[in-house]
Amino acid sequence: MEVLLDIFASANFWAAAVRIATPLIFGVLGALLCERAGVLNLGIEGIFVAGAMAGWIAVYLGAGLWGGVLVAALAGAAFGLLHALLTVILGLSQHVSGIGITLLATSVSYFTYRTALPSVTSPPRITPFQPVAIPGLSDLPFIGPALFAQTPLSWLAFALVALLAFVLYRTPLGLAIRAVGDNPGAVEAQGLSVRALRIGAVVAGSALMALGGAFLTLSAFDAFFFGMVNGRGWICIALVVFASWQPGKALLGALLFGAFDAFQIRLQAEIGQIVPGQVFLMLPYLLSILALVLVARRADYPRALLQPWFKGQRH
Amino acid sequence: MSFRLEPRTHTSLRLKLAVSLLAALVALLVVAVPVLLAGGNPFSAYGLIVQGAFGSPFALSETLNRATPLILTGLAAAVAFRARLWNIGAEGQLYIGALAAVLVGSGLLAIPAPLLIPAVMIAGFLAGGLMMVVPTILKQRFGADEVVITLLLNFVVILFVQLLIEGPLKDPLAMGWPQSVPLLAEARFDKLVPRLRMHWGLVVGLAAALLLWLMVRKTVLGFEIKAVGENQAAARFAGIPVHRTMLKVALMSGGLAGLAGVGEVAGVKFYLSSDLSPGFGYSGIVVAMLAGLSPIGTVFAALFVAAVFVGADSMSRATGISNYLADLVVALSLLCVLVGSFFLRFRVRYQRPALVGGR
Repeated sequence: MEVLLDIFASANFWAAAVRIATPLIFGVLGALLCERAGVLNLGIEGIFVAGAMAGWIAVYLGAGLWGGVLVAALAGAAFGLLHALLTVILGLSQHVSGIGITLLATSVSYFTYRTALPSVTSPPRITPFQPVAIPGLSDLPFIGPALFAQTPLSWLAFALVALLAFVLYRTPLGLAIRAVGDNPGAVEAQGLSVRALRIGAVVAGSALMALGGAFLTLSAFDAFFFGMVNGRGWICIALVVFASWQPGKALLGALLFGAFDAFQIRLQAEIGQIVPGQVFLMLPYLLSILALVLVARRADYPRALLQPWFKGQRH
Repeated sequence: MSFRLEPRTHTSLRLKLAVSLLAALVALLVVAVPVLLAGGNPFSAYGLIVQGAFGSPFALSETLNRATPLILTGLAAAVAFRARLWNIGAEGQLYIGALAAVLVGSGLLAIPAPLLIPAVMIAGFLAGGLMMVVPTILKQRFGADEVVITLLLNFVVILFVQLLIEGPLKDPLAMGWPQSVPLLAEARFDKLVPRLRMHWGLVVGLAAALLLWLMVRKTVLGFEIKAVGENQAAARFAGIPVHRTMLKVALMSGGLAGLAGVGEVAGVKFYLSSDLSPGFGYSGIVVAMLAGLSPIGTVFAALFVAAVFVGADSMSRATGISNYLADLVVALSLLCVLVGSFFLRFRVRYQRPALVGGR
């Protein structure tokens, strides 16, 4: 019991929770935007890898950290555009296309990394984003270090939650995006282009996903490793359902997940001798599955999710 | 000028074959660009890939050896996708099958020697099958999406395997390497040809393809799967037990992936380690799609994918170009065959402007 209290009482723990949540926030927001427009994007796992690799290599070649973030977003947008061409324009299977994008983005990233840096034994490092201290707030006990000692990318993630919520619920564009995922026929009747809206949402959503990958190489770590994304993308797909496709709940879900993950890492340090480490490593995946199973029945899926739309289609 | 999409009522086998071959060809042509960017000569790279995959009895044996698990994971994806059950968990099912093979065949259970091989195969099939039946039940009971669950389970299973091979199943004679105790000699698959690595697992894969083809073509279950895959509501209306059919599909699909794991343990490695499969489960999806979900086609698609992997490895050793080129070819062929499926569904007609119809 005391062990648990110690964990929750340490600012370190809360800082780690936010840090672990940050890439998931980007990923969930990206997946949410795609799905709100009616397109499931299973390319997310590969887009994470592409964002991590592209962002890192840009910085390594001297682009500067924000340059790296931009390159990552563009890489994500490019794969998003490909997914949109296949699923929106041609109306092909979103499942198969997404898996294909994941395989393609991953292999392109690995091939590029290997080709750019042949025969490196230990991965080269860059200087990553540093935590920005906010005078006054960062010195607050407890929440100070947790919330106000994060890197700029975490701040960007929080800001994007607010921005996406605002766009989705307070602007005509957001209304159109939500409608195109629920009732594309109605959107077309309004004289808007279903295709343009869906393509835009998938491209923007994929760029967001890539930022999640870039956070890994430019903020959480300082190098690119093979297999570093490790299912984070898939976890985001489960979290979107858990969050009922709402940005606010997505933030909450990602933070809860981050807190849980940070907790299990610390618990492992305490009782790791008795319980094998893999049990703890399994927990995030099992938790995602559990969350999905619990909410699935009540989940309010965008009604046109997975359904292609051809111009002039009736019914 | 505008064009019109006309849904095809029938797609000929010739068209399907053309689409698959073209997809593979386009994927191979496109990777000339990364080869050039890596400073290589595409023509010599292609030559080296073909030579590395088919150039000697040894190369051919390696390609067939690599194709063996791909035939099985390809069939696993094909049978599931036919029923529109999205099993993306073949990787995990493969590992569970391999684990079951080790549990049954390494002397932990007292099984008479002649029964060991059938026991190992049945155990692997059932373990893999169960691994897919559970997500299918979750889908039916709770409406939980099987795609995400099977994807996430892949990670859980591999961690579970790691836990066991670093703990209770660890081979004390492996000099500290995390690998399981080995299979008994009687539980191992024989080599097909002395001194070459290919083994009886290949025959198992070919037999499975043939059986599945018969099932699809000649049995009531095959018809029910087709009906469920094409239109669930209509199938239910016609009195087909949709849920039960799906569960049978899940058992078969997971079971086939489990058998792929059995083959890798019993025919290649003889013990379980966490690097047993370099993504055979995921490549199986590509194999199935390249095959147009046809069981016989799966054999040829698996051979193609295996040849790309084995050939690229050998090309990589000769030129220094990364062997991730093979993964690129495989990913591109999936996307190309997907684009090709558009032309299988629709006939494109150029006409004066008109409404574009239908799905």
